[in-house]
Amino acid sequence: MKKLQKSNLQSVSGSALPYIVVVAAFFIVTLLQKSGNLEQHMQGMLVPVCCYIVMALSLNLTVGIMGELSIGHAGFMSLGAFSGVVASQSLIDAVPNTALRLALSIACGACVAAVGGFLIGLPVLRLRGDYLAIVTLAFGEIIRDIITCLIVGHDKNGLHILFNFRGTKTVADLELVEGGLPIIKGAQGAIGTTKISSFGAGVILILIALFIILNFIKSRTGRAVIAIRDNRIAAESVGVEVMKNKMIAFVISTTLAGAAGALYGLNYTSLAADKFDFNKSILVLVFVVLGGLGNMLGSIISATVLTLLPEVLRGFDQYRMLIYAIVLILVMLATNSPKMKALLQKLLQDVKTLLFKAVPKRKSEGEV
Amino acid sequence: MIVFLSHLINGLSLGSVYAIIALGYTMVYGIAKMLNFAHGDVIMVGGYISYILMFNLGMPWWVALLAAMLVCTLLGVLIEGFAYRPLRAAPSLAVLITAIGVSYLLQNSALLIWKSNPKSYPSIIEGSLMLIKGETASDSLSVTYISLMTVGACVIIMVGLTLFTSNTKMGKAMRACSEDKGAAQLMGINVNKTISVTFAIGSALAAVAGVLMCSSYPTLSPTTGSMPGIKAFTAAVFGGIGSIPGAFLGGLLIGLIESFAKAYVSTQLANTIVFAVLIIVLLIRPAGLLGKYVPEKV
Repeated sequence: MKKLQKSNLQSVSGSALPYIVVVAAFFIVTLLQKSGNLEQHMQGMLVPVCCYIVMALSLNLTVGIMGELSIGHAGFMSLGAFSGVVASQSLIDAVPNTALRLALSIACGACVAAVGGFLIGLPVLRLRGDYLAIVTLAFGEIIRDIITCLIVGHDKNGLHILFNFRGTKTVADLELVEGGLPIIKGAQGAIGTTKISSFGAGVILILIALFIILNFIKSRTGRAVIAIRDNRIAAESVGVEVMKNKMIAFVISTTLAGAAGALYGLNYTSLAADKFDFNKSILVLVFVVLGGLGNMLGSIISATVLTLLPEVLRGFDQYRMLIYAIVLILVMLATNSPKMKALLQKLLQDVKTLLFKAVPKRKSEGEV
Repeated sequence: MIVFLSHLINGLSLGSVYAIIALGYTMVYGIAKMLNFAHGDVIMVGGYISYILMFNLGMPWWVALLAAMLVCTLLGVLIEGFAYRPLRAAPSLAVLITAIGVSYLLQNSALLIWKSNPKSYPSIIEGSLMLIKGETASDSLSVTYISLMTVGACVIIMVGLTLFTSNTKMGKAMRACSEDKGAAQLMGINVNKTISVTFAIGSALAAVAGVLMCSSYPTLSPTTGSMPGIKAFTAAVFGGIGSIPGAFLGGLLIGLIESFAKAYVSTQLANTIVFAVLIIVLLIRPAGLLGKYVPEKV
């Protein structure tokens, strides 16, 4: 474990590789798009892929750098998504420029998720290990339930928010003035959202997230957080404030999740709170673990590959999720089981000797 | 009063199902120190196996129950052997992700074999016992036999497991493994075998829970097991994960809270209330209600 963390740190410091990969991918995809080589359903995946990459980066900060398992991260994405949608729909007349409105909405989503992260972090970060994990799960479910109860609309008098406690209220109870716009309709979620997300914005968000996280890791607070992860008691005994440092990392993580959520929410005309359930949190966690804990480039690659994998497997139709599950198990076994690792290494060696048969022979002759 | 009592009975019955699932969770966690996310899906498999035997092949319910237990036991041991055993030394997150993979695998296999449309699962025992006879239906209080059976099964399983872990040789081996695997191995305990047996017991309990749960809440689909699985896991943590009486208590409490929240506060926010209580309990008692607080070694 210690070895692993050390190498992660080294790969992170002073490397521009993740930025280069993202920018290169952006240009390649844009080129493909311009030349018309990108299939329709793949084009629809571009923005979600960006959102998941930012989500994976954000969760990697919590799980990889801070070392705390969070299985409710979709809750923060959901906070960001719905506040982003509300902001965007409310500003439709005030800010006609879509790019500016998107930026404002993402900022709004990020702020709401930051506040949520702070409030939830207060109790959560006091716990440890699996108890912390289960409480994040609980908060994820609570956020989902509460958003399911919300009815929000906007008219010229401002925002109208109803809390549909008993399930008896409808949009009509908002009493919107003529020309008003219902935004969130309880269990149906956000409906009639104007889609303003774009691939370019997604890539910019990824770059910003990378910039924030990579610099955070190298900062004083980031180093303190890593020290706490590696040995909390030792860190505490040399005067590192555990709660404060962890809280900063957690809030940064939830802020980014909120921004990703806002981008995600504004990519669909309708969006239900049920989309951000436990399975979504787990999905992002899978990206992070498969990509490598603490490795940001790994998160980017695994989020991209695993989001596109079910699409690529669409030809297998009903078998695709089965294949996904099997691939997931096999990859985990291959990368973590000592027996499988030895087997893989031996295989690799065999392939090498097969390919370069001549080379080792000559060497041995030379030695003789 | 009648209304209150009927919600109490509902809560106890639901809680007993959670408790049976939570007992499986807690045993596996206590010994293998892993969150077995596939546990909820084993429940679903148990439900389907018993459904096929009872309603497609016309066997009596107890044969179906035993067969479901047998299949789930095998399934549990196979999952442990193939997916979890190679990762014994791996970081816990890797095992967690593998468990999630197994959960997806079971769900999607079920989806392919039994299709996505939910099946309606008739109760294994019909009828109910009249407790208070009133003039009208709302005046009288009755309890279905299946609820009685669920609560009874839960108590028997809890007592049985407690006796098993405290008195038998295998039970002692389990407790030794949960305390310190390395030391247990040095004392000549076969750790791998002990963990396999734990998975077998946990999976058999999941099958029982599957049959009882589907009898009380009669829909069966490939995702039937996931939400009860999460709730039961919550129950296990609530009572103190690793502790058998804790899982029992946690399961019952979660069931009661859910039932009363649905009745008196809001159907939509029932889960929120359950999870909010969990959070408050964990803040006051970070190791759960009956969990042992283990101080950190420096």
